[in-house]
Amino acid sequence: MSAPEEPQAPGLLDGRYSPTRPLRASGNLFAFALDVARSLPKRPFQLREFVQQTWFVASVTILPTALVAIPFGAVIALQLGSLTRQLGAQSFTGSASVLAVLREASPIVTALLIAGAGGSAICADLGARKIRDEIDAMEVLGISPIQRLVVPRVLASMLVAVLLNGLVSVVGVVGGYFFNVVLQGGTPGAYLASFSALAQVEDFWSGEIKALVFGLIAGIVASYKGLTAGGGPKGVGDAVNQAVVITFLLLFAVNFVLTAVYFQLVPPKGA
Amino acid sequence: MGVAVQVEGLSKSFGSQNIWSDVTLTLPPGEISVLLGPSGTGKSVFLKSLVGLLKPERGSIVISDTDIVRCGESRLYEVRKLFGVLFQDGALFGSMDLFDNIAFPLREHTRKGESEIRRIVLEKMEMVGLQGAEGKLPGEISGGMRKRAGLARALVLDPEIVLFDEPDSGLDPVRVAYLNQLIVDLNAQIDATFLIVTHDIGTARTVPDNLGLLFRRHLAMFGPREQLLTSQEPVVRQFLNGRREGPIGMSEEKDVAQVEAEMAALEARGGDQHNGVGPKGATGGDAVPPQLPPSPGLPERQAVRRRQERVARMLHTYDPATADAIRATLPADLLTQADAGVFEPTPVAGGRHWAADDEVGEARVLPAPRGRR
Ligand SMILES: Nc1ncnc2c1ncn2[C@@H]1O[C@H](COP(=O)(O)OP(=O)(O)OP(=O)(O)O)[C@@H](O)[C@H]1O
Ligand SMILES: [Mg+2]
Repeated sequence: MSAPEEPQAPGLLDGRYSPTRPLRASGNLFAFALDVARSLPKRPFQLREFVQQTWFVASVTILPTALVAIPFGAVIALQLGSLTRQLGAQSFTGSASVLAVLREASPIVTALLIAGAGGSAICADLGARKIRDEIDAMEVLGISPIQRLVVPRVLASMLVAVLLNGLVSVVGVVGGYFFNVVLQGGTPGAYLASFSALAQVEDFWSGEIKALVFGLIAGIVASYKGLTAGGGPKGVGDAVNQAVVITFLLLFAVNFVLTAVYFQLVPPKGA
Repeated sequence: MGVAVQVEGLSKSFGSQNIWSDVTLTLPPGEISVLLGPSGTGKSVFLKSLVGLLKPERGSIVISDTDIVRCGESRLYEVRKLFGVLFQDGALFGSMDLFDNIAFPLREHTRKGESEIRRIVLEKMEMVGLQGAEGKLPGEISGGMRKRAGLARALVLDPEIVLFDEPDSGLDPVRVAYLNQLIVDLNAQIDATFLIVTHDIGTARTVPDNLGLLFRRHLAMFGPREQLLTSQEPVVRQFLNGRREGPIGMSEEKDVAQVEAEMAALEARGGDQHNGVGPKGATGGDAVPPQLPPSPGLPERQAVRRRQERVARMLHTYDPATADAIRATLPADLLTQADAGVFEPTPVAGGRHWAADDEVGEARVLPAPRGRR
């Protein structure tokens, strides 16, 4: 045996500060996303798993989403209500709050909950299976865990994100109306009139497209982190933690890009 | 007939942590092999490498003409259909009950109807002693039951190669005895290639055709059971006798002076023969106990005759003690052929491996075994 092959004791910082580490990590994530994309058309489609996962992700996200959406809509209504009063543009309160909710608040709330509640649950589930060797057992039985487990989860998280975004939009708009009209003494007519003056249906679609992309990212990151968890129960905890943080970072960055693209593509109404 | 597994120069590391390197061995088709080794030497990692779940950096694993270290994804999935694997904790799917777990491979890979699936699953469950537990979830049963259910699932597709990761851990001695009989009976019935990782010395002494020992990041030795059971290699002797005296320490490797002192004390007490009974079925000395036969009524294991021919060819390469032990198991016709020198010398006939001298050099404290080249 030649000298360089001598077994070495593991070093504390092995590769941890290697300059290529972040590149390799993101490369692996991207390769994983491509694998998922390639498995997407493979038959048989796991309908049962998809339905179960949709139900599962929805059940862990719907209630927190509704609870978050109400105060979120209220805060926006309050902020805009006082701002428009300072500017002397009370008549635009309605439309401004609707725009804020539809374009930004609801995708962001959706993102937070899809990543924080849905993604963490997916990651913990897959991570627990990974450390119990279930994933390995599945591969040895000739079943691809990506096709079998990941594809249905990613699709489920996309579908639920879209639904949640709709929910948040409705709750946010209704909440805004309630705060503006009932608590701040606005008039229902002005609220609704300004609503249709500035808002357009593209605002809603942009929110839905954002939610779709957020669901995709959250599903992929959560599945990737879950399937690469290692080192016992603590490894699963770490994986969940990382999955949530990475998803947040990605979602806010992607949100910025999508918003910029939206303003390029869709001219603001009345401009 | 089972499929041979040829492992050549295999090395695996995680980051800069080398697990083992230069592992070379052949699992002869249809034979039962046992892999021993102290905890943490990478036995489970070796099994996972054999099924392509982990990618070794160097070396090759050839199974029916495919090198699974380098072959593509789809080919790998093909080769995996030859395998049945019992994972260390059973690796049952936590969301399915035992019946669905065991039926899973059948539902995925065959077009059998539900009634036939039911028949096969119940048959396998009875074979491993789990009748009546079909509806239980893996979380609701004991570790030993999980293991047996995992075994049933590994067997439903009639694999050509079966890997067992510690089938006996967590089982009581009576169950281990039944399980060992089950393994031998299975081998007689399906003639598949078996590799068992275990810490149970009783199992290692009586069940396999071949034995191997992983130690200090190398395969210290692999060969016919007689070769290890009669070996004078300090590591092998220590492990098979389940004693503290010897090169294997609790966590660290020991220094040579300490090992020499321990061995002298052991000799003073009369050596392994007088050291009493060790844990996990380890009993003193280097006797070669008879191999466990299949249950009455079952066919002979076809691997027995193949193995006899194989070791007869290699008879001249073994230590005298090993050769004597092997001769005692050979039928008259093969013995006369071997003695008449009819067999070509075939040093690479497979199923046998000694680590190169410098690799286990530091581990050797007693004089080198007799007749070793
Ligand atoms: N996925 C992994 N990533 C990093 N290190 C790993 C991984 N899997 C195993 N190891 C390391 O490889 C070494 C060998 O582990 P392995 O589980 O194969 O031991 P073992 O021989 O099966 O032990 P035991 O008899 O206790 O089951 C351990 O040091 C372990 O930390
Ligand atoms: Mg192990």
